[in-house]
Amino acid sequence: MSAANGQIKARFKLGYSAFSLDVDLDLPGQGITGLFGDSGSGKTSCLRCVAGLEQADEGLLVVNGECWQDSSRGIFLPTHKRPIGYVFQDANLFAHLSVEANLQYGLKRIAKAQREVPLAQAVELLGIGHLLSRMPAKLSGGERQRVAIARALLTSPKLLLMDEPLAALDLKRKAEVLPYLERLHLELRIPILYVSHAPDEVARLADHLVVLQDGRVASSGPLKESLLNANLPFMHDDDAQAVVDGEVKHYDSEYQLLHIQLENSPVMLQITHAPLASASAVRVKLKARDISLSLSRAEDSSVLNLLPATVAGWVMLEDQAQVLVTLTIGSQQILARITRYSFNLLGIQLHQQVWAQIKSVSLLANQ
Amino acid sequence: MPLGKDDLSAILLTLELASLTTVLLLLLGTPIAWWLARTRSWLKKPIGAIVALPLVLPPTVIGFYLLISMGPNGFFGQLTESLGLGILTFTFSGLVIGSVFYSLPFVVQPLQNAFEAIGNAPLEAAATLRASPRDCFFSVVVPLARPGFITAAILGFAHTVGEFGVVLMIGGNIPGKTQVVSVQIYNHVESLQYAQAHWLAGGMLLFSFVILLALYSSRRTQQGWQ
Repeated sequence: MSAANGQIKARFKLGYSAFSLDVDLDLPGQGITGLFGDSGSGKTSCLRCVAGLEQADEGLLVVNGECWQDSSRGIFLPTHKRPIGYVFQDANLFAHLSVEANLQYGLKRIAKAQREVPLAQAVELLGIGHLLSRMPAKLSGGERQRVAIARALLTSPKLLLMDEPLAALDLKRKAEVLPYLERLHLELRIPILYVSHAPDEVARLADHLVVLQDGRVASSGPLKESLLNANLPFMHDDDAQAVVDGEVKHYDSEYQLLHIQLENSPVMLQITHAPLASASAVRVKLKARDISLSLSRAEDSSVLNLLPATVAGWVMLEDQAQVLVTLTIGSQQILARITRYSFNLLGIQLHQQVWAQIKSVSLLANQ
Repeated sequence: MPLGKDDLSAILLTLELASLTTVLLLLLGTPIAWWLARTRSWLKKPIGAIVALPLVLPPTVIGFYLLISMGPNGFFGQLTESLGLGILTFTFSGLVIGSVFYSLPFVVQPLQNAFEAIGNAPLEAAATLRASPRDCFFSVVVPLARPGFITAAILGFAHTVGEFGVVLMIGGNIPGKTQVVSVQIYNHVESLQYAQAHWLAGGMLLFSFVILLALYSSRRTQQGWQ
């Protein structure tokens, strides 16, 4: 019953009077896995089960070959014996300890031989060097969350669990912390389970996406494929989106335009952006509401990105007035949201060649 | 000299009794308060009520039952005798035991409140940072509950200094052994030595005021970790 190396197997059954959790997940043992769902969907309970903060009635948890929990064999590693890092929604720093003592708390409690993240690296990575002597009460929300992340990293965890670390922050603070999360992803090889109810956050950070609904797994798969799954709860609102990967080919400094070639395709995207080195791998987010379709290439449009695409399918949205069309470009897929009226007017058919007019494109993390 | 030899020995005895009682109460009250703050057992309410009994019972009632149980025919008396400790009524040790019972709620309740106020969050954070429950108790709970410990110690000490009924019932009035300040004041009044009674009573009044003043000022300054 052991999972292969490089894999996380998590199965939990947990029942309260008003809520039950029943999940069976096989997750990649690397990268960021987003646990996405509305409040009450069980994503935090699921994370707490992985941490051992909640003991599932029936549970099996194998992380990269190590069994942490198996109720059928009576195995339950208590939280303090699990090599995890946990970042709580509200930071949860120790109020009686300075920032530095908070950071030292976990570090001191692991064997020297197991310390893979030195204090200096964590402090530098999260940009908290100037805060070390302060007390938590004197920190802003964003600073507190960065300290909490560094504190969790300093236990050199084999799995980092993050419970909506940005949810308690306003937009400005979010923007302050997000780049640090991206750096974690790039610079450390720790698998991360990231709980969030914000589609944008998940699209920006995750490699793998699990969608939970009423305590059950609605979908689980690589991010790019998951975002195209019409069963996703946010498919029917403005958050419907796709991400595509590409490579920077060229920078037009006169117009500040980044030219990005989509993976396995000759198609280029142009984005207003600061310069990036050629050949950098990038991920681009395309919102369905920002994409419209035409049957011929409009030569006199202000829309910069006109891409040839093939219709791969569609679903009617809940409001019966709009249609979400899936398009294939090269080996990747994107979504376009158009009205049912236009859909009928254009006579959209499967495998039809169309032009996707993309009004707005945003660059996610550098990969 | 307004205070006689007996008065001084009563003061010393009182301080000794209160100090020893406070130390014992903190040792005994901490696990009880922790259990009361954390348990979901149905026993929480009955145990909590038993701990709180001295708040409402006349001290003579507690003293009476302690006297019976610590006496030669009582369960506790037979236990201490079989252990070779003899009978503890009318001894200093007996007084300490009586005081511990009598002041228990004054130590347990502030501690319980402090523990409950800490909540689950810091304990969970400590567990995810590899602290065992025991480690977490000493490295997180005790420092966070410091104001509660200070309040508990002050109240336990002051309340023991102020006891009278229990002492009289199980300790009697033996100079140097069980004669504490409150009893000594009673002796002076009985024998119409009002001047001496004034000195001791006034001293107690001042002492209690200073203690409470210290308590309230410490509460004010400990509200936040600044």
